[in-house]
Amino acid sequence: MAQAKTTEDSELVLDIRGLVVSFATNDGEVRAVRGIDLAVRKGETVAVVGESGSGKSQTMMAAMGLLADNGRATGEVLYRGRNLLALRPKALNAVRGAKITMIFQEPMTSLDPLYTIERQLSEPLVEHGGLSWKQASARALELLELVRIPDPADKLRAYPYELSGGQRQRVMIAMALANDPDVLIADEPTTALDVTTQAQILDLIADLQKRTGVAVVFITHDLGIVRRIADRVVVMKDGEVVETGATDALFAAPREAYTRMLLDAEPSGRKDPVPESRPIVVGVQKLGVSFRIQQGFLKPPTILKAVDDVSLTVREGQTLGIVGESGSGKSTLGRALLQLLPHSGRVQFEGRDISNADKAAMRSIRRQMQLVFQDPFGSLSPRMTVGQIVTEGLLVHEPSLSRRERDLRACAALEEVSLDPSVRNRYPHEFSGGQRQRIAIARTMVLKPRLVVLDEPTSALDRTIQKQIVDLLRDLQRDHGLTYLFISHDLAVVRALADTIIVMKGGRVVEAGPAEAVFAAPADPYTRELMAAALAPVAAG
Amino acid sequence: MFGYVTRRLLTAIPTLFLIVTGAFFLIRVAPGGPFNLERPLEAKVMENLNRIYHLDKPLWEQYLYYLGNLARGDFGPSFVYRDFSVAELFASGLPVSIQIGAGALVLALVAGTLLGIASALRQNRPADYGIVGLATLGITIPTFVIAPLLSLVFGVWLGWLPAGGWGDGAWSYKILPIVTLALPQIAVVTRLTRGAMIEAMRSHHIRTARAYGLKPWTVVVVHALRSAILPVVSYAGPAAAALLTGSVVVETIFGIPGVGRYFVQAALNRDYTLVMGTVIVIAIFIIVFNLVVDLLYALIDPRVRLG
Repeated sequence: MAQAKTTEDSELVLDIRGLVVSFATNDGEVRAVRGIDLAVRKGETVAVVGESGSGKSQTMMAAMGLLADNGRATGEVLYRGRNLLALRPKALNAVRGAKITMIFQEPMTSLDPLYTIERQLSEPLVEHGGLSWKQASARALELLELVRIPDPADKLRAYPYELSGGQRQRVMIAMALANDPDVLIADEPTTALDVTTQAQILDLIADLQKRTGVAVVFITHDLGIVRRIADRVVVMKDGEVVETGATDALFAAPREAYTRMLLDAEPSGRKDPVPESRPIVVGVQKLGVSFRIQQGFLKPPTILKAVDDVSLTVREGQTLGIVGESGSGKSTLGRALLQLLPHSGRVQFEGRDISNADKAAMRSIRRQMQLVFQDPFGSLSPRMTVGQIVTEGLLVHEPSLSRRERDLRACAALEEVSLDPSVRNRYPHEFSGGQRQRIAIARTMVLKPRLVVLDEPTSALDRTIQKQIVDLLRDLQRDHGLTYLFISHDLAVVRALADTIIVMKGGRVVEAGPAEAVFAAPADPYTRELMAAALAPVAAG
Repeated sequence: MFGYVTRRLLTAIPTLFLIVTGAFFLIRVAPGGPFNLERPLEAKVMENLNRIYHLDKPLWEQYLYYLGNLARGDFGPSFVYRDFSVAELFASGLPVSIQIGAGALVLALVAGTLLGIASALRQNRPADYGIVGLATLGITIPTFVIAPLLSLVFGVWLGWLPAGGWGDGAWSYKILPIVTLALPQIAVVTRLTRGAMIEAMRSHHIRTARAYGLKPWTVVVVHALRSAILPVVSYAGPAAAALLTGSVVVETIFGIPGVGRYFVQAALNRDYTLVMGTVIVIAIFIIVFNLVVDLLYALIDPRVRLG
């Protein structure tokens, strides 16, 4: 087996042997990890790659003794010769958080909202380092400086809710490095972050690794990240290791079909261009949305301009990609356009001015303008069957349909999104994220809309599933002449779908133009920054 | 903080005014009056009584008269306990009710929280099922069953504690009423704490605390309990108001001279001023404890801003 960047005599810091993780469920025992071996040497970066459900996270949770109550781990997880799985809680606590530390996927919720950053950073220092609280808080300040948080002294006194996602992840990294660990386990640490923040966090981890010599186990489904930072890759599928090897070798010549599929999962293909002669579906002139923020009892409210002076045109069959980081106003723009938010400026839909139209006037237009949300778990009612969810819109817009006709329409819509029509009697919780997003798309397709606003529809999905959804959206568009507004921070997906794109920052459009032209030669520095952050790791390899 | 409390107390004044007004006219809608006894009084006597107590005046005049007195802090005389003013009745009864109620509240919070934590940490194991079963029992068995049972077992059969009475406030007389009053509250607090703790223990920041090898005490009490206690705090506010203003059942069965009985007796007797007094006292307790809950919330959760 090729292990290019590690020498044979280098010390093993974490040695997982024959690890099996199983969960007792109502349907019997479920094996999440089926006997894997994984070794981490001093100072190296190992990426564990796989789709959701491949057992990559549970492997590390088991190693850290963090399995859910119904979980059980057997096998060996050796840290410097001691089996962590067999340690008593007290002995385990002396290792985890001190010598083996972890950062998580959810920077927004991984810190206790009720305590200051100072307190939370100090806890492991006091617990493992034997420092007094006063010494710990001095060390906490140094750590915040180490992870390059702006105004570290202020941030020390802040509560987590006062920090951005990227800043919170920096705090987690500071906490992980507090006791000079041997192994840092990073479980999808950048998945929940914006692309530019992602790049900064990755650089930070790589830099700190060089300075401290900590070994990093990087759990991810994003191969761009793997290529950028890992020495060695372990590919997992259904709880087993299917392939392992040095990063360069594995990317150059993957042996397993599954690895090839993962590598191939980047959204690909381009959309066929649409002739300029097609009618304009959406026209927006000088659209603005502002929110009043009441600051105090008597203080005057401040006005936040979420969207400022945006104009755009989309023709029939076109896709407009709206790109930007969180807080850039891209979702607000989509909502204002659908008349779900009051706005200034003019919005025309198929030649009609619908700016600030009232509810009654909008009702007949609504069926032509549909919306698909980011969160495939939260946007389907858990108490309705798939059939009821898909046909709910028909009850409003085509009340004359009989139950039988509605059922036929539901079957047709589900077939269109490549789901078996028999699923319509089941409930959303029985489906995976990708399937749920197909259901959400079927719900809009059943109404035969003209315009669909897609608000980050692929962001919560694995790359391989993303690719399928992107293909599905492209097919539907071609077959039905749909017009899309595609809101996303994921440039790879936008590139595969959009004719034209606009790049938003702070509520304003900083760059607009045909997708190919913008990707080929971004004019605005912010666009260049976005692209560097998102596409560099892929391009580099 | 001080400004917030002042503002909240000032907004309580119109609230109280509306409550007083509503209660005043509602009790007058009920047929009969304080002097309609089983054996009717002579017409002359009735007329005199009505004149003394201003009941012969038009209703709006009586209302203004009552408001005027109230503004001076005068709750008026009781119509039925004729030797006492409403203020005197509360001065003697309220401390008794508060002692019993405060005891029950503290017992319920301490026992309920401990049982809730114990139960949550052993979720779906025998101990958990046992505690949840007992808690369900505690909620379903009414006080008027528990009170005589406790009195019978500990007072009559075992003879460890007085079966009833007040004994001028000797501690042994308080135990059974406090336990009786606390039992259903322990059950509620246990269930609330258990649910909130289970959720808190599953949260991401608890996973962080465990991943960083913190002591079980730090994980459970410092991190999990602080967020899990919030629903208990919001329940405890109104519960405290209810407990401290006395319980009709407990006071009647154990023969305790508190104010809990007044609410029912006064309403049945059409003792207008005593009804009004009880309404005002309970309203004030509720307003104050809701304020306390909001202050505690801000104290526990830094994201809550008072304003």
